[in-house]
Amino acid sequence: MTTAVVVFPGTNCEHDVVSAISSLGGNARLVWHRETDLDGYDSVILPGGFAHGDALRTGAIARFSPIMEPVARFARAGKPVVGICNGFQILCEAGLLPGALIANRDLSFICRYVDVEVTDTGTVLTNNAEPGQRLRIPLNSYEGNWVSPEGEGRVVVRYVDDPNGSTDRAAAVANSAGNVVGIMPHPERATDRLLGSTDGNVFLRSFLSSLVPA
Amino acid sequence: MTEQPVHRLLGMTDGEYASVVDILDRPPMPAELAMYSVMWSEHCSYKSSRKHLGRFPTEAPWVVVGPGENAGVVDLGDGWLAALRIESHNHPSFVEPYQGAATGVGGILRDVFTMGARPIALWDQIRFGPLDNPKNRYLLNGVVGGIAGYGNAVGVPTVGGEIEFDPGYTGNPLVNVMCLGILKREQLVLGTAGTPGTMAVLLGKATGRDGIGGASVLASASFDEESGAKRPSVQVGDPFEEKKLIEACLELYDKALVVGVQDLGAAGLSCATSEPAGRAGVGMEVDLDRVHTRESGMTAPELLMSESQERMMAFVAPDKVEEVLAIADKWEIDSAVVGEVKAGGTLRISHRGEVVAELPAATLADNAPLYDRPARRPAWLDEVQGRPGPDLSFHDPADLLRDLLDDPAIGSSAWIHEQYDHMLFLNTVVGPGSDGSLLRVKGTDKGLAVSTDGNGRLCYLEPRIGGARLVYEAALNVAVTGARPMAVVDNLNFGNPEKPEVMWQFKESVEGISQACEALEIPVVGGNVSFYNETDGVDINPTPVIGVLGLADPMPGDPPRLSRATEGMELWLVGPEASGNLSGTAVQRLLDDKPGGIPTAPDPATARHVIALAADLAHTAPVLHDISDGGLAVAAAEISIASGIGVSIEAPEAEIFSEDPHRFLVAIEAGASRPAAESARKVGVFGGDQIVLNGSALDVDIGASTYLDALPRRMR
Amino acid sequence: MKVRVEVTRRPEIADPQGTTIKRALHDLGHTHVNEVRVNSVFHLEIDGADPDGVRSKVEEMCRQLLANPVLEDFDIELLQ
Repeated sequence: MTTAVVVFPGTNCEHDVVSAISSLGGNARLVWHRETDLDGYDSVILPGGFAHGDALRTGAIARFSPIMEPVARFARAGKPVVGICNGFQILCEAGLLPGALIANRDLSFICRYVDVEVTDTGTVLTNNAEPGQRLRIPLNSYEGNWVSPEGEGRVVVRYVDDPNGSTDRAAAVANSAGNVVGIMPHPERATDRLLGSTDGNVFLRSFLSSLVPA
Repeated sequence: MTEQPVHRLLGMTDGEYASVVDILDRPPMPAELAMYSVMWSEHCSYKSSRKHLGRFPTEAPWVVVGPGENAGVVDLGDGWLAALRIESHNHPSFVEPYQGAATGVGGILRDVFTMGARPIALWDQIRFGPLDNPKNRYLLNGVVGGIAGYGNAVGVPTVGGEIEFDPGYTGNPLVNVMCLGILKREQLVLGTAGTPGTMAVLLGKATGRDGIGGASVLASASFDEESGAKRPSVQVGDPFEEKKLIEACLELYDKALVVGVQDLGAAGLSCATSEPAGRAGVGMEVDLDRVHTRESGMTAPELLMSESQERMMAFVAPDKVEEVLAIADKWEIDSAVVGEVKAGGTLRISHRGEVVAELPAATLADNAPLYDRPARRPAWLDEVQGRPGPDLSFHDPADLLRDLLDDPAIGSSAWIHEQYDHMLFLNTVVGPGSDGSLLRVKGTDKGLAVSTDGNGRLCYLEPRIGGARLVYEAALNVAVTGARPMAVVDNLNFGNPEKPEVMWQFKESVEGISQACEALEIPVVGGNVSFYNETDGVDINPTPVIGVLGLADPMPGDPPRLSRATEGMELWLVGPEASGNLSGTAVQRLLDDKPGGIPTAPDPATARHVIALAADLAHTAPVLHDISDGGLAVAAAEISIASGIGVSIEAPEAEIFSEDPHRFLVAIEAGASRPAAESARKVGVFGGDQIVLNGSALDVDIGASTYLDALPRRMR
Repeated sequence: MKVRVEVTRRPEIADPQGTTIKRALHDLGHTHVNEVRVNSVFHLEIDGADPDGVRSKVEEMCRQLLANPVLEDFDIELLQ
């Protein structure tokens, strides 16, 4: 049972995700964006960072990377695909999640803990959470403001306050099947008491418990 | 207009030009003149400061690499090393604040990963004129934006720093950045060209006309009304390119594919060829036609002087070149084999089939001019030191506290640090907004603590005392996280060294820093000098910035935090009794138009004792806090605000706003045994919802909103 | 009066975003693309009919705000 953690040029949270998954007993390996298959992997995480330097639009170039074809096949096959922060942006650009992420309302980068509330426990990222459960995890983004002009999207985690103007206070959004989820705050940054919070483990445990052998 | 000789236009004196003719035994060719002019500029050669920098203690058993390389390296034990470096980007940040600060971050990162280390954290020390001037708000916005834009995207967290405001920085903001990296001992790489036959591989961004003459013209001359004319030199940072370059270089180190590495910063290719060759005692042949360029038609001097960012020179054994180029290709960075190391000491550079430079490589660094500039104690200093201190007798302490909390240099830095990713890599145990940062070293029990401190007013009043106190303060800040200070880096920001008064301030500061380092037995492992920080003839306050690295081994299991005070806890003060001298303090800044007096002198024996006590107490105490800006009042209020609980202080009046050195606060559980320190005295108890200073009260809520809004309200 | 302002990074100043986009276009097979520069275009509607007056106002706006004179040039086009 191995999770592929995809590395684009400019990705920077890949090691943090691998170490958080490992600390929960999971198994994760880095996969370079030029790879063309995901044979041997059971799930995918697109970690945070600045893929291709966020040139043009966040995720606009990454969606064309060779790895995104097998990622799309994974998504269609119902396997767990999670995008964190920049990964969420890439999933939206690739059309695997509805909507798009634009600049924060106050046009300022935001790096701080935020309180979120789980509103939908029927996804690969939230199935271990209690409905309505409040969690405290770090936000770290400039384009964290989710918009969905067509009104599509299944908001599964909401900000308690409204840090960035995101529609419906969405912090995480899923596809209708619940196997593809994008989350803007970073669960992997809240996995150690020494660093301030372990609430991110609720999401990562959900993710690991969703895995079924390939 | 009179015709100037070219060397003068390049910032070279007639005497320096004569030395070049002497070395070559002929007049230099244009490319050679360009190379000497940048390498012998103040910025690259330290020609005015080198004589005095020798005063710093630089040796200790744990020093692996001292000053002179791209970064200092110290031994953390168990095979782990730390690389650290600090550098200024003052002048570029004034010309274009966003790009100036951004490229400053890029440069300091390269200095650290050149050594084989992965950069794990940044700290920024920034100084501006008062924020009621829109120009200063523009500069602060731009600088913070540039640090955030580059640091966040390159993927290295900015975990702390400091900010200061003074009218003297209005025309000359200071932007210093410090970087820390860690590496395993076997990954250490030096800036050496290796042995004859080694190939020089240029990695990274294509070379353009960025910053041509930047080193000599921009960084080594003063600003005046004409500074707009120097603008074509601005360089643009590309954090994405740097991120790829970091990953590519780290892979080269992992696979042991390089003999040495040198980054290209100021002086670009001139430096990246001559310095590694000089260090290795070899020569080199370089073909400029092989350099990948962004613009066409660049001349040899331009190619040699370009400061295009995000470039590295790797020295590679011939049989490893293919593999190096393949790794560069994998990380999607450009690369080119541009030269080959030769026996003998001659650096021979060709362009378009002609030899454009042929000179002894080592002379660019080793024969740089060395000036012993005259130094004289400023005549105005007596008058300044004779001014009486502030008179607090007509002020209510709680009112003063509220005004101090509203000082943007004292108030919360959240407006700044929340724009920086300060959590990446999952190492940040104690982050921004505390005395010192504490980072864990994953896979070990060790923690690394860093504090950076500067104080222009203190050094203006008495530079020797000021310099020493910065070292003691940074060391104490590191100690309150549980770490023992182990190394110092310094960034010496001063005015025009051609003025004897500035040179005196410089010498005295260096002396103070040196004495404190000797007292604490911590070596200086690197530094940077930034002179000519003046505008229209007015020099900045002398502003040395000190960075101290400390090692906590083991790291406290539950380190002290300002937020851990609870109802009933007692607050104790450890350190010497306050002298009553308020010279150079925040309360003087608040009440008096001008700084005056002579700040309280440090005491080396007390400093050693107090620092050791703090480092011990950090393993058990819930809260430890250094007393600095705003004294006991502000220190206690910061704990109170962070913990969301009131505190009642009872202490001699002289203690409340004193910033005398070597003093810290410790909170202990009610009824716990008193801190094991002779000098410890109880000064307060936590509880309620007010901060009470000898009966004078401020609501915690009001204190907190004042503190949190001090900076944002001025930036709206 | 309608005015179109194009702010361009000066040719000698690096454009990292353009370089990255060029590389991406090459990856997609458009290898004949030699250079990409990313510029800003502003469409303004301004009261006033005197072309010289409007132009000089817009020039002032460019120098003050729309362009960064350290890095960028601007081009003003008056449309009807």
